[in-house]
Order: sequence, then C-alpha cells, then structure tokens
Amino acid sequence: MLQGWIQIALTLLIVVAITPFFGRYMARVFVGQRTIFDSVLNPLERTFFLLSGVRAREEMTGWQYARAVLYSNLAMLVFIYLIFMFQGVLPFNPTGLSAPSWDLALHTAISFVTNTNQQHYSGETTYSYFSQFAALGFMMFTSAATGIAVAIAFIRGLTGKPLGNFYVDLTQAITRILLPISIVGAMILMAAGVPETLAGPAIVPTLENPGISQAIARGPVAHYEIIKELGENGGGFFGINSAHPFENPNGFTNLVEIVALLSVPTSLIYTFGLFANNRKQAWLIYSMVMIIFVGFIVITAIGEYDGNPAVNTLLGNQQPNLEGKEVRFGWAQSALFAVSTTATMCGAVNALHDSFMPNGGFVTLSNMFLQIVWGGQGTGTAYLFAYLILAVFVTGLMVGRTPEFLGRKIEKREVVLASFLILLVHPIAILIPTALTLTIPGVSGITNPGFHGLSQVVYEYASAAANNGSGFEGLDDGTLWWNLSASFSLLAGRYIPIVALLLLADSMSRKQPVPATAGTLRTDTGLFTGVTAGVILILGALTFFPVLALGPVAEAFQIVKGIG
Amino acid sequence: MKTRNESSTSSRPIRLPGRRRGDRSHTPKADRKGLYQRAIRESFVKLTPRIAVRNPVMFVVWLGTIVTLLVTINPNLFGSVQADIGQQRLLNGIITLILFFTILFANFAEAVAEGRGKAQADALRSTRSDTVARKLSPDGSVQDISSTKLRRGDQVKVIAGDMVPADGDVIQGIGSVDESAITGESAPVLKQPGTDIASSVTGGTRLLSDELIVRITSDPGQGFIDRMISLVEGAERSKTPNEIALTVLLAVLTQVFLIVVATTPSVSGYIAGFLDGVAGATTGNNLRTGTSIAILIALLVALIPTTIGGLLSAIGIAGMDRVAQFNVIATSGRAVEACGDVNTLVLDKTGTITLGNRLADEFIPVNGHSVPEVADICLAASVFDETPEGRSIVQLAQKLGAKFDLDGQPAEGIEFSARTRMSGTDLDSKEYRKGAVDAIKGFVRSRGGQVPTTLDEAYERVSRLGGTPLAVCQGNEIYGVIYLKDIVKTGLRERFDQLRRMGVKTIMLTGDNRITASVIAQEAGVDDFIAEATPEDKINVIRSEQAQGKLVAMTGDGTNDAPALAQANVGVAMNSGTQAAKEAANMVDLDSDPTKLIDLVTIGKQLLITRGALTTFSVANDIAKYFAIIPTIFAAAGIGALNIMGLKSAQSAIVSALIYNALIIPVLIPLALRGVQFRPLTADQLLQRNMLIYGLGGIIAPFIAIKAIDLILPLS
Amino acid sequence: MSFAREAGRAIRSTLVLWVITALVYPLVMVAFGQIAFPFQANGSILTNTQGQAVGSALIGQPFTSDRYFNSRPSTTSYSTADPQNDPDTILQTGVSGASNLAPSNPDLLQRVQETTTQLQQAGIQPTADLVYTSGSSLDPHITPEAARAQITRVATARGLPPNQLEDLISQNTDGRFLGIFGEPGVNVLRLNLALDALGS
Repeated sequence: MLQGWIQIALTLLIVVAITPFFGRYMARVFVGQRTIFDSVLNPLERTFFLLSGVRAREEMTGWQYARAVLYSNLAMLVFIYLIFMFQGVLPFNPTGLSAPSWDLALHTAISFVTNTNQQHYSGETTYSYFSQFAALGFMMFTSAATGIAVAIAFIRGLTGKPLGNFYVDLTQAITRILLPISIVGAMILMAAGVPETLAGPAIVPTLENPGISQAIARGPVAHYEIIKELGENGGGFFGINSAHPFENPNGFTNLVEIVALLSVPTSLIYTFGLFANNRKQAWLIYSMVMIIFVGFIVITAIGEYDGNPAVNTLLGNQQPNLEGKEVRFGWAQSALFAVSTTATMCGAVNALHDSFMPNGGFVTLSNMFLQIVWGGQGTGTAYLFAYLILAVFVTGLMVGRTPEFLGRKIEKREVVLASFLILLVHPIAILIPTALTLTIPGVSGITNPGFHGLSQVVYEYASAAANNGSGFEGLDDGTLWWNLSASFSLLAGRYIPIVALLLLADSMSRKQPVPATAGTLRTDTGLFTGVTAGVILILGALTFFPVLALGPVAEAFQIVKGIG
Repeated sequence: MKTRNESSTSSRPIRLPGRRRGDRSHTPKADRKGLYQRAIRESFVKLTPRIAVRNPVMFVVWLGTIVTLLVTINPNLFGSVQADIGQQRLLNGIITLILFFTILFANFAEAVAEGRGKAQADALRSTRSDTVARKLSPDGSVQDISSTKLRRGDQVKVIAGDMVPADGDVIQGIGSVDESAITGESAPVLKQPGTDIASSVTGGTRLLSDELIVRITSDPGQGFIDRMISLVEGAERSKTPNEIALTVLLAVLTQVFLIVVATTPSVSGYIAGFLDGVAGATTGNNLRTGTSIAILIALLVALIPTTIGGLLSAIGIAGMDRVAQFNVIATSGRAVEACGDVNTLVLDKTGTITLGNRLADEFIPVNGHSVPEVADICLAASVFDETPEGRSIVQLAQKLGAKFDLDGQPAEGIEFSARTRMSGTDLDSKEYRKGAVDAIKGFVRSRGGQVPTTLDEAYERVSRLGGTPLAVCQGNEIYGVIYLKDIVKTGLRERFDQLRRMGVKTIMLTGDNRITASVIAQEAGVDDFIAEATPEDKINVIRSEQAQGKLVAMTGDGTNDAPALAQANVGVAMNSGTQAAKEAANMVDLDSDPTKLIDLVTIGKQLLITRGALTTFSVANDIAKYFAIIPTIFAAAGIGALNIMGLKSAQSAIVSALIYNALIIPVLIPLALRGVQFRPLTADQLLQRNMLIYGLGGIIAPFIAIKAIDLILPLS
Repeated sequence: MSFAREAGRAIRSTLVLWVITALVYPLVMVAFGQIAFPFQANGSILTNTQGQAVGSALIGQPFTSDRYFNSRPSTTSYSTADPQNDPDTILQTGVSGASNLAPSNPDLLQRVQETTTQLQQAGIQPTADLVYTSGSSLDPHITPEAARAQITRVATARGLPPNQLEDLISQNTDGRFLGIFGEPGVNVLRLNLALDALGS
C-alpha cells in the first residue's frame, strides 16, 4: 500500500515543482514579454492575424470579448459538424465509416467545441481518422485555448488591466503554449509506444486459436493523446480512452499524461499571482485547492485499495477493486488519474469510473459539482476567483466595510454575475435534466440498478455541465434524448459562465481601486483562505447534498449492508 | 468691510443654558409605549401579498404556507398519500403553523424596526400641523394664510409664541427660537439676520421672543421637517447598494434551493421504485411519504436563507435608527453604509479636535513694547469682536488694566474674513488690527512699517506651545503677539488610535500656522494636517484623497463648506449651519457636534458587520438543517446512519428544524436592532472574531438547538 | 463592429488555426513517427520468425487453455472475432470496452462468483486481476502473482519444469517506471510466445 502512496505523492510533487516555471512562462506570454519562441513565432503570428483580419492591438471590452468567443466557437462548431457529416467521402477513412446520426454528430461537435469531449460513441467504430485529427483534434486546441484566453482575460480584468484581444490570446495560447508542448509530448509518447500512423487496423490471427482473428485498432494517436491531456479535453481516440494500451501503454506515459492534464490549471493560479503581483495569494489558493485535492485522492484511493467487500468475501481475502482497471496502473494510479481527470475537467480516464467504489463516485461527482479543484482549462481558475469574490462578499461585510477584492468593491453587478455563474448554472444544467430523465419513461438508459443508476444519470449531466467529459460509461447514452439533453447542459455549462466571467472581469477592471488599509479585508491570509474553503463547500456542495446522499452515499451503505 | 451693527451679538448661535447633550436617546419625544402592540398589528398587515412580495425570500415561505395549508385541508390534493391520512394532516397542519409563524416573526422584526422610526415621525408630524402664517405682501400689509400655501420666496412675519410656518432665512429681527422639536434640545437658539449660520430657521420650531421677518426657502411638503419625517419613517427608504447586492445573493440562493427541492421528488421517486423491487413496497412508500409536498416545502423553507431574509430590512432600518438616536439625520441609508467605508476623516481643528473656544492666555510684547501697552492695543483691536476669542482677549486685557476710550469718536469694527485673516477697529485715523501673523506683517508693510525681528521669536514660542499666535498692531507698528491657548478635547487620542487600527486616516484642517498645527496634530494624534488652510483647501484635500480611491467624510456648517460637503462621500452638516450646508450634506447633526463623525463611522461599520454576520450565520445553519432533514426523510434508502444528531424520526426532525428556523428570527431581532457589538480591531482580527462567533457558531448552534427541540417534542 | 466583420473574422481565424493544428501538426507528427519510431508508431506489432504479424506487444490476446498463461477476463474477448462470422464487424475497426458494472450491481457479483469457481476448479488461487474485467478489455498484463498462480497448471500441461516458467515470467514482466510509477505486469502474449518458442 505504501508504494502506491509514494507514487501518488511523487506525481503531485512533480506537478508542484512545474507550477512556478510554467505559471511564469504563461504570464510572460500573455503580458507580452519576450519568450524563447519570439524569433520564429512573431512573424508567424503576424501572418495569421493578417490572414484572419485580426488587429492585434485592438483591445476588447468584456462584451466584445464574449462575442468573439461565441462567434468563433460557432464557426468552429458548424465547421466540424460538416466534417462529421461528410466523413464518408472525405479522405483518411481506412475503416470505411459513414456519417454518424445527426444528433450524435451534433452532440459530439458541441461536446468538443465546449472543451468537454463527452463521448456518446466509441472512437474506433464511429469517426474516421480524418474526423478524429482534423475535426476533434482541431477542437482540442481551440477549445482549450478558448478556456485559457478567457482565464487570462478574467485575470487581466480582476487585476485592473484591459481584457485584451480574444483572437490574439486564442492564437498565442495555441502557438506558444499548447502546440510546442504537444509537439514535444507527442514525440515522447511515440517513443514510449503510442502509435502514430494513418494505416488501418492490423488484423492478426490469435496465438491460441488461429481461427480467430484479432483486430488491432490504431491510428494517429500520439499527437492526439498529448493535446487531449494538456488541453483538458479528454476525448479518447479509442472508445476506452486512456485505459487503452495504445493511448497509455505504461507507467511512464501515465505519469506524462497526469502531469500534462494537471499542469495548466495548477500553473494558471501562479500566473494569476504574477498578474496580481501577489504570489502569496496565489500559493494560498493553490494550497487550499491542493488540500481538497489530496483529500479527494485519499478518499478515492482507500476505496479502491480496500476493494469490494462482497467480492473480497468471495475471494477469501482483501483484494483491490480492479474491475475496469488495467494491471499496469493498479489501484493507486487509477485512483489518482480518476480524481485528477475529474478535478481538472479533463475527462480522460485510465480506469472506468462506473466500476469505482462509491468513494470514487462521491469524489468524482464532487469534483464536477465544485469545478474548482483545479477546474477546467482556464475556466476553473476563473471560477476559483469567482468563488473568492463570493466569499469576500458573504464574509467581507463582517469587517465592517463594503466588501472589496483586490481593492475593487464588490457590488450588485458583481454579485449578480458571480452568484449566477457559480451557484445557479449548475443546478439548472444538472438537476433539472436529471429530474426529467428520471421522470420521462424509457429514456434514462440506466444500466446499473438502484442508487448507482441515479449516480449514472447525475454524473452524465454533471460531466456535461462542468465540461468534464468523463462518464459513468455504462449509461446507455447514444440516444436522441441523451444527445440533445446533454447538449443543453454542455452549452449552458460552458457559455453562460464564460459570458458572465468576462462581464464580471470587465466590470471589475473599470472600478477605481481602493488602497488597502488596516481596515481592508486581506484576502491573502490563511484565515480568509480557510473561510473561502468553507464557502466553497457550503455553497458549492450543499446544493448537491440530496443527490450525493441518494447516489454514492446510499450505495456505500448498500454495499456495506450487502442488500440489493 | 461693512459697518457693524450697533447690537453686539455673536456670529455663532448662542446656546442658552439648558440641558446639555449627554443622554443620547433623547430623540424627539417618541412614544414607545405602544411600539410592540403596533408591531404585532403591523406583522399581520404585512401579510398582504402586495407587501409580502417585496421580500423574495420570505415570499417563497408565504407561498409555501398557502400550499401546506391546502394539503392540510386535503392531504391528497397533489396525488394520493400512502401514509395514514390523519397523521399526514396533523403533520401538514403543524408545518403550516410553523411556516406562518416564521413569516410573522420576520414581519414583526421589520415592524419593530419601522415602529421606532414611526414613533419619531409621529412626534415630528405633530409639529407640522397647519399653522396660520402672517404673509407679508410687497406693500407691507400682513395677510393671514395657511402655512401650506406658502411658496418659496414669500416673506412672513413671526411673532413670539408663533410656530415658524416653514423653513426660511431671517431677514429682519432677532429672537430666540425653541428648536427642541427637531433637536430635542430644550435650550432656545438665538436667530438673527445677516450671519450665515444663525439666520436659518426651520418650519415647526417656535419663536419664544421678539419677532422675525423670514423669507421662506422651501415649498410646502419639502421642508426640513417633511424630509425628516419621511426619512425616519422609512417611507422613502430605498435599499442601499450593499443591501441590494445581498438581496440578489439571497434570491439566487433561494432559486438554487428551489431547484434542489423541486427536483427531489423525481429522484426519490426513482429510488422508491428501486426499493419497491428489492426491499418491498413498504420501504418504497416510506420514501415517497418522506418526500410529500408538505415535507418538501418544509425542506425548502429550512434551506433558503430565511434568517437573514427575514431580518435584512430590519437591520437596515435599525441602522438608520441608531444614527437617529445619535441625533443625526441621515438623508439615506447609503450614507450610513458609506460611513463604514470611510477611509479618511477630514476634521476641522476648531470645535472638533480642540474645544471651540480658544482663550487668550498671554500677551507677548515685541519691538521693545511693554505688556500694558500691548494690552491696550489688544483691547482696542478686539472691542468689537464678539467671538469667544475676542472676548477672552478683552477680558485678559482688562485684567491687565488696559483701557480703551472711545471719547465719543466714531469707531468702526472691522470683521474677520477668511481672505484678510484679521479683524480690528478703526478709530478716527488709527487702525488697530489683530490677526494671523503673516496677515498682520503684510498689513504693516502696506502701511510702510517694519517687521520687528523679535516677532518671529514670539510667534514660534507660541506655536511650539500649540497655541495660536495672533499679532497685534496699530497702523504700521507691531506691538506684540497674543497667545491663544487651544485645548485639545480629552479622549480624542484614543479614538484616533482606534480609527487608525480600523484603517481610517484622520486629516486635521486648520487655519493655524504649520508649527501650531503640527503641535496640535501631535497632541491629538491625527495622522496628517493641513495648516493655513483656506476653504478651497478643504475641497482639494477631499478630491485628492478620492482620486486615490478613498472615501472621505467631513463636517461643515458654513455656506462655503457646501461644495466640500457635497464632494465628500459622507458630509455631515451641523444643524446650526446654513441651509446651503444642510442641503449639500447627506447627514445633519442636530446637536451640531462635529466629533460625532467618529461615532458615525462606527455605526456604519456596525451596520455592515451585522448584515454580514447574520448572512454568514444563516448560510452556515444550512449544514445542520441538511443533516437533520435529508437522512431522516430518506432513511428508507438506508442512509439513516447520516442522522448524526440521532433525531427521533423524519417528522420530528422536520418539525424541529422548522421550529428552530422560525424561532431563530425573534431570537436574533434584538441583535439585528442593536447591531453586532463593534470593536475597533483590524479587519483580520474582526474577521477572525466574527467568523468564530457567527460562522462556527452558525454551524454548531443549530445542531444543538435542533437536537434539543427534537428531545422536547412529543412527536414520535 | 459590424456583424459581417465579426463573423468574417471568426471564420477566417477558424480556417487559419485549422490548417496549423488539424493539418500541419498531425501530418508532421505522423511523418516524424514513421521515420523516427516506425515500430511504436505502427502499433508495436510483433512478428514471428516468418515475419508474419502475431499481435501487438501492447495489446493482450485471449488465452483460456491450460497450455497457456491465461489472460484477464475481457468484455470484448480482446477485440477478436471469427473472420468467417463477424456480424458486429469487429474485425473492420477493432473495438475496446469495459463491463461498466457498478460495485453494487448484482450482475458483477454473480460474474465474479462464476469466474472464481472456474479458477478454483482449475486450481488457481483467484486474484483481483483474474476475476475483474480490465478497463480496456485489451489489458496485455496480468499481475506477477496471477502468473505464478498458473505455473503449476501450465507446467503440467506442457511438461515443463516450473522454475523455467518462473524465469520466463520474470523475463516478460514489465516493471514500474523508474521502479516507482505504475504496477508491474506480466505481458501475457509475450510470455506465451516465449512459451511456444520454448516448446518448439
């Protein structure tokens, strides 16, 4: 058991060690300081801007920035939808796949444009190589870059700077952050065994019974895999995602993938610290999130290590729960991956969450309800600060002043935007469709009976609304109902908050900062960070207490009692 | 320079001996006897939907009560109930009753808070009753008309015993006026024309002696008393920015819990269907009964922030009321809130930091003159000066044996002005002057005189003692320096220390020279001072502080303070001040005590803290309520072990949580009205302290209270 | 700004970024992979002495007989099908998948019970990896304990000394990365290929 904890601790240590360097690099990119790629990228980016008609120096207001996000994302959505619908006649289709159903294609397109990558399909059997790398792979860059751009605009706004230009931020997030790391990462993954080929599946006779053949699906996986993790996309090239030996062949690739998927949201907090010129604040928030994160890992890992009591009784001894897990990852790396992927809204899986013990179900769901245990690419960091604003508002009054964050007063407009995006979008996008799904006869698609079935439904909408993309994959979700209702949650969970965040940043940036005095509530103290954690847990989690109680918690009691 | 009127009166209103400020609850004879009866009556009046809808949180409770009432009458109204109808009806009835009381308690809180203002308003209103005004026609004839017919610009004659019919300026006559109706101060105030401050009279006050001609400055219904009535009564009470923001948050929280509760039946219905299969229909039905409509409404009401929702407006009204009890009228709640946010206090030295009256302590001769010589000149220069300073100079001079003989010659008093910064007497061709040292230097030079070297020594000596040096001269000859002793009010240093710990900076403004100013500033413990300040400096210092994003508070009374009062975020005008000052300010201090600014900051902070503390408390309570209700109503799903309080049953848990939820409102009413105790600590210390009491307390208290209620309740 | 300009900018940016991230990047990477790491880039395909492909070093195969070390239970039978009878067109694309059974699902218990009984009948001490289905259904590994538990059976079936099998197992065990990350696993296909090589 100890060895497992050591693996987890060392992985987290690597993530923490990377944070200041990567965070500083991102700050340099978006402040416009010199970086190592300038000589190559400056002329290249200028060409891009020229071709796209972007005026790089043009500053956008919050609403202009939001409109640019919406317009560009809509253009991308339509574009990749067309690729899906015409994949039958497009090149790079070695397995001869035809167009998927319109609703599945729509759900896939929305799911990828929103950086969610919720998959109601299996990659190898549904989308051609071209659809995968030219449509899905494309969205993995742009949706992730959109998230980073929004986070940077938000951070700029909070710290009183103009928001910037969306197209510049989008392009630079790709050319200076995502693409260079992906190129290096893809090479490393290839060396470690991840395929990168345009050839179709290899068909081989099996060793034991040559009359039976094995189809070894492959494809251009490595370049796709790295951006899948780095951009918190999570949509597997293969149906079974990072559990597939070609996506994640060994302990090394697993380490690379976990670090890649944690790197951006962790480092962005540090980037904020540099923008706000308050690294102490950044490290405090970082620590708060890290403590919740570690707590969640421990809860999940203990559940998997202890295994399923009913099965242990059958086996006569205690064995870890390896249902839906790969031997090379075991309980520790599977638990770490599951918590990391739901914490960061990546959504890739190296083990099947549906088969996790209720501890894991509880944690993965909580991660998506909270959305700030690192949180999504960019958006998670922004949510974190929106929570901070809310915490300042609720508790800040207790020091006898109108609450202020970073010297800017929190007034009606900020409270409307922050409370709406933090508190209301989620219940609307998760609880309401859940209730409908459970009420309308014959649509639920539940495959595990009882309490876990409830978790399956809630998980699917939580994953959509939080733009995570992982699933309790047993759910029979490739239906018209699921494609459309999940699309609603995807869109509501992505764009309402983005618009709200940008408007919030805009209104914060326009405020006259108030100088700090002894009477100002300091937000960079351990006390206030603790208060924020309390606010996050009470406001963020209590909303979902009933479904958690009837889902994973009831399931845990059920397993202990052995009923059902 | 104008010739001084024969009559010698002070330029400030003279306060005749009477009751001094001291007991701070001396608001205008408000009748508090019927307060609670009236509040109880009001609680029911406020059940009217039109009024109830104004408070979104409590309106949800209101609607819930209607629904629970319906299911008490017919438990099968929304689908048939699986459990014993009689028992279900009893439970629904109990829930209805508790919800009803929850609303009543919230209404009562608001009514009590309003009642205090109303009582005050009634007292004020009694003074406003129509009086007959003697309107002066342009031809000089007097015409009796109703005071409500007076318009701005009309002139009226007021005779001893009359009520002043409306706000106005005295343009002729002198008389003492009883202003106790508005100030609660029984000592009459002398009113006379010409001077800025003493010339304004307020409608509803009573002239005690002599007669006055008054030019009316306000149209009917817009006078000072009218505004005060509507302010204290809360008729014009609009929500403050912070209150609106908080209401938004509470409304969002309410909607969140509405969604949570509204989606619960389908979730529990699914689970019940599963339990039917694995554990039998009884278990399934237990779960369905557990989520009957009345129980869901109970859950909703327990979760939405009713505590703060019910007390929010009471806290705001009580904040205004606390200001009123300090005998300060705030024109808006916004102003009271702004007090808490103030970063900088701009304080006049005289009257605020030092006792208003500086007294002559010593005459210091210069240029080889003797003390009696100087005393003579001082007396001559001050003979027309009726300010306390001037009188003290006269007294000291007379004590030293000085004499000033008019010899029947025409003498003219030269009044002090902010521009010349000196005053004096012209007798025959002799010009006696006293004033700021550099002003006198200029005067002497302009008359071809020399400035003696010993002058600066004397000047510095006085300055270093913290006194105000005034130079005296006759013509081109400087005779000496008067040492005016300034006395810093006791206890100010501690208060400024407190303010500093709260992050509030104090700036002292004074016309004194730098050395004097710095000595006084140090003695009083202010953070900064501006010496030799002109009225323009006042507005400049406010602007420069505001440019740094700071909120500034100041007091003022003169017409030339009006721009600064308007510019400041919190401008407190003295009631003794001019109409212009009162109109520019957002608060009026009826006692005309500038030191109150410091108390106002505390009141503003207290208001915000109370609001934040009760919000935190209310939200923190949800944990316990969740842990009381969810495990018990879903016990059939096997999560009974989460019932960590060990409550007897779902019914008992719900009723206990609801009773707690209802009772906590009246329990907290005194706190809401009185305000959370304020201590001058730093923000971090305050947060820590209040978080411990209201945050941690808010988590723990309901666990204990709900368990206790559950133990007492005879429900099984 | 006009709608047309905003929309035009959105579409043009989409196309420009598409060319870089969706065409240039993947095709360059494919070219790089084919040149630099041809073995890995094409799926780590193992060949026999005749040069025929026999499987992938990274993908498991079904083994259920006594003559081979058995692999983990798989929900897709390791993406295999009879080429003559493949109604689900598994061989056209290849598949992956998992049981997705919840720990509270009675079907899981029932299945585990059956597998456990089978293993016990075969004289193998059941371990977690042998009773639980894998995540990908293609798991190439079993735990070293599971491999060792099968030594007696395979040794008996093949008439080989058990310690020789011990050696084969250690030779075909993929360790942790740096001895720290991941769990050691015995590559069943390579182990069984080595076993066959031994036998011939």
